[in-house]
Amino acid sequence: MTGSADGSGGARGVAVRLRGFGWRYAGRKAWACRGVDLDLEPGERVLLVGPSGAGKSTLLRAVAGLLDPETAAEHEGSVLVDGVPAAAARDRVGMLLQDPESSLVMSRSGDDVAFGLENLGVPPEHIWPRVDAAFAQVGFPYDRDRPTAALSGGEQQRLALAGALVRRPSVLVLDEPTANLDPAGTATVLGAVSSALAGGSGAGTTLLMVEHRVDVAAGLVDRVVVLEPGGGVADDGPPAEVFGRRGAALAAAGVWVPAPWGPPAPPFTSGPGGDVLLTARDLSLTYPRARRPALSSAWLSVRRGTAVAVTGTNGSGKSTLAMLLAGLLPPDTGEVLLDGADRPLHRWRPRDLCRRVGTVFQDPEHQFVARTARDELLVGPRRAGVAAGEAAARADELLERLRLTRLAGANPFTLSGGEKRRLSVAAMLATAPDLLVMDEPTFGQDARTWAELLNLCVGLRAAGTAIVAVTHDEAFADALADERVTVAGGVLAADARVRS
Amino acid sequence: MTLLQTHLSTDPAAPLARRNPVAKLAAALLPSLVLLVSVDPVSSGLLLAAWLVSVPAWGVGWPGLLRRLWPLGLALVMVALGNAVFTDRKGGATLLEAGPLLLTAESLATGLTAGLRVAAIALPGVLAILTIDPVDLADALVQHLRVPARFAYGSLAAFRLAPLLAAEWEVLGRARRARGLGGDRNPARALAVLGGRLFALLVGAVRRGTQLAVAMDARGFAASAHRTSARRQTFTRADVALIAGSVLLTALAVTTAVATGAWSPLLS
Amino acid sequence: MSEQATVPARRHRWRTVDIVVASVLGVTFGVLFAVWNNVVYATVSAPLSGSPAQPVIAGVWLIPAVVGGLVIRKAGAALYTEVIAATVSMFFGSAWGMSVFMSGVWQGLGAELVFALLLYRRWGLVAAVLAGGGAGLAMGVYEVVVYVSTYAADWKLVYVLSAVATGLVLAGGLGWLLVRALARTGALAPFAAGRAQSEI
Repeated sequence: MTGSADGSGGARGVAVRLRGFGWRYAGRKAWACRGVDLDLEPGERVLLVGPSGAGKSTLLRAVAGLLDPETAAEHEGSVLVDGVPAAAARDRVGMLLQDPESSLVMSRSGDDVAFGLENLGVPPEHIWPRVDAAFAQVGFPYDRDRPTAALSGGEQQRLALAGALVRRPSVLVLDEPTANLDPAGTATVLGAVSSALAGGSGAGTTLLMVEHRVDVAAGLVDRVVVLEPGGGVADDGPPAEVFGRRGAALAAAGVWVPAPWGPPAPPFTSGPGGDVLLTARDLSLTYPRARRPALSSAWLSVRRGTAVAVTGTNGSGKSTLAMLLAGLLPPDTGEVLLDGADRPLHRWRPRDLCRRVGTVFQDPEHQFVARTARDELLVGPRRAGVAAGEAAARADELLERLRLTRLAGANPFTLSGGEKRRLSVAAMLATAPDLLVMDEPTFGQDARTWAELLNLCVGLRAAGTAIVAVTHDEAFADALADERVTVAGGVLAADARVRS
Repeated sequence: MTLLQTHLSTDPAAPLARRNPVAKLAAALLPSLVLLVSVDPVSSGLLLAAWLVSVPAWGVGWPGLLRRLWPLGLALVMVALGNAVFTDRKGGATLLEAGPLLLTAESLATGLTAGLRVAAIALPGVLAILTIDPVDLADALVQHLRVPARFAYGSLAAFRLAPLLAAEWEVLGRARRARGLGGDRNPARALAVLGGRLFALLVGAVRRGTQLAVAMDARGFAASAHRTSARRQTFTRADVALIAGSVLLTALAVTTAVATGAWSPLLS
Repeated sequence: MSEQATVPARRHRWRTVDIVVASVLGVTFGVLFAVWNNVVYATVSAPLSGSPAQPVIAGVWLIPAVVGGLVIRKAGAALYTEVIAATVSMFFGSAWGMSVFMSGVWQGLGAELVFALLLYRRWGLVAAVLAGGGAGLAMGVYEVVVYVSTYAADWKLVYVLSAVATGLVLAGGLGWLLVRALARTGALAPFAAGRAQSEI
């Protein structure tokens, strides 16, 4: 056991060896990964890349010893951590997962970091000094009693990192640790990883990570391993060499390839423009029991055939603005009026609303209401009173356009992340709304789905649809937005206000 | 969060609020269990009175307590009425007769006793729970009652998700509206939409639970044979005294009920 | 969701995922119960409490036991899930105090006993409905003791029978449908209950 009970001794990196590793989950025909041979030397820092479905997460879990044989239909090969099967070496591997909200265990920050030491059987008198040291290691800015629920996503992820590091792992495994974070959170988390591994007890730790923001992660690693779906390791070497050799192929498969090896960012195209479609007047909203308003006195108008990007940090009130503009939340003051109607949007009946306004939620699963992908596309039109034949024709056309025809009969919840996103957008387009409001539409998507979403939006806008996209994806906003609005602390940036 | 009453402020320094969670639960459970045995106004009334007197010592304000208790108050009235109507003790003067409905002095007294007893069973637990921090409870259950740590902390971790689930419930409602669902007058359709919303909440909850389990195992939860605890719960003389006080009060209430002849066991 | 499930080798050992998902199911239902207590209760439930028809909608309280048992498929899962749901609803604003906890224990035991009598080998519709009925019976008897203790004997019988009926239909039938639908989403992949019969 590396995390010795007396608190002395730092971690040292150890070797990880995979030989002919393969894993097939029960209920799946395809192997999650197969034929993987990989050696990590002690202290190496490795980034694992590959298209979605290449089994990156499965491989990380295998190294962390967290794959449950009960859930496998078959598995083969071996995964050794310092010569020991990974399942027996769990205490030597620390892991950070995608969603910090689902990885924190305790309600107070200090207790959460202490959790991993309690499990190791560290005597109580040694626990708290080590917790404090771990806080310092990741730059956690609060004290032990800080409620975990009061932390931002970036802070939560840093806390989770402290919870992993406090056990003094010899191998640190990161599974897309910034996927749920805004750019500021991403920077602080990766900064914390980098400085934790730079010196002190973290120096020499072996690092294995998956990170779809390859551009920011590439600086942390000295080796890149390319995983091919079902085909084991396809390439391996220093970042510059691997991306130089395979940049174009990886990008085509949906991997985010950093500049200068990746494709250039798409250029901005402007929309055709048109009349004012939507007017928001003096919108304010304070959630029950909140201390300050989520949004105060927001004025905005949106024209047909234009795209408005709303940016701001997490918790700035931009999602609240999106919900208000889409008529899904009643404001405390003010109103949102669509196309000259005198009834404010939040008072519209749902069946009327869905004909005119489509809203794409951050998590596609929140919007699924039917048993098959095709049925999802029929729900809206049925509610809006569209004739059955017309609705069916439109559903088939949308399935085709968004590459979902093959999955028409599948349960929406079983689709991959990119497929779910495309389906949730298609479901909203089924009623051909005039306004499409999107909350973080590109969140967690691979490069291929990202480009498809952008093209789709450009096409809709050219046909006269107005688009409001709440996003912290700067590249997406740069390529699409005719107008930019910034929200900070519940207030729209002054230059974006439109008074009427 | 609006639907969950989590923000009832209590004074954690109040003499009974500071007690060990296990002691509080034991002190609250004991009289409730004993009251299950008999239906009489004396034991129920005495115990209810004693617990009402103790309210300030728990550091719970009356306004907050009443806000939490209003559904109970409503139900008590209905329980009393129901028992009064459906009992077979229909002696005494007739108070109301409407078709099959018959209310007499004896049946009304019977109903009131039933309502009083439900109040006496419920109140101690409400006071105890209001002043217990879930983390302290899990620690105390493991340290004093030897509850397996994996279950205590597994459920505690899940409990932490409750506010997230409540927030998700709201989001799911908005998502349904965006899909054109809801706002129906037809109750069957409204129920179907509600069912779908509940189902989506459950799917998300199970997914979160699965991830949480992985995160916990990644920090050595599965194999923790010799787990230690960073937070020590103490069981002091004051905690023993709280339990002893509850035993004594309960004994006193039962003795008085027997002595006055009111004691009437359900299974006799 | 086959009636006769294959018996896993380590049937009685709870994995972390079993504990946490059973807990999360309990917490989710507990939150819904709290919402029910604080919002719906006054309009739907309270006017019926104390009447012999009260148990008819009370079957909702029994769903966690059936769902927990069917998803986890381990000894104690039905009881555990129901007790967690009861405890959580207690923490989030139930006016019923320890009575809720005791209800949870009895109801959970009612369902657990049925799964035990089936030797923890049957997890299909029949088992679900019987477990719901068991939980309903336990609920009926407990509530007769606590809430309608002074009913005439034949009214007590009506009360218990309506509790059993609601357990069979609402908890058993609905619980089974819920687990089947959950399995179809792939969310139950870590569990035997979620392994689809056909591979995708």
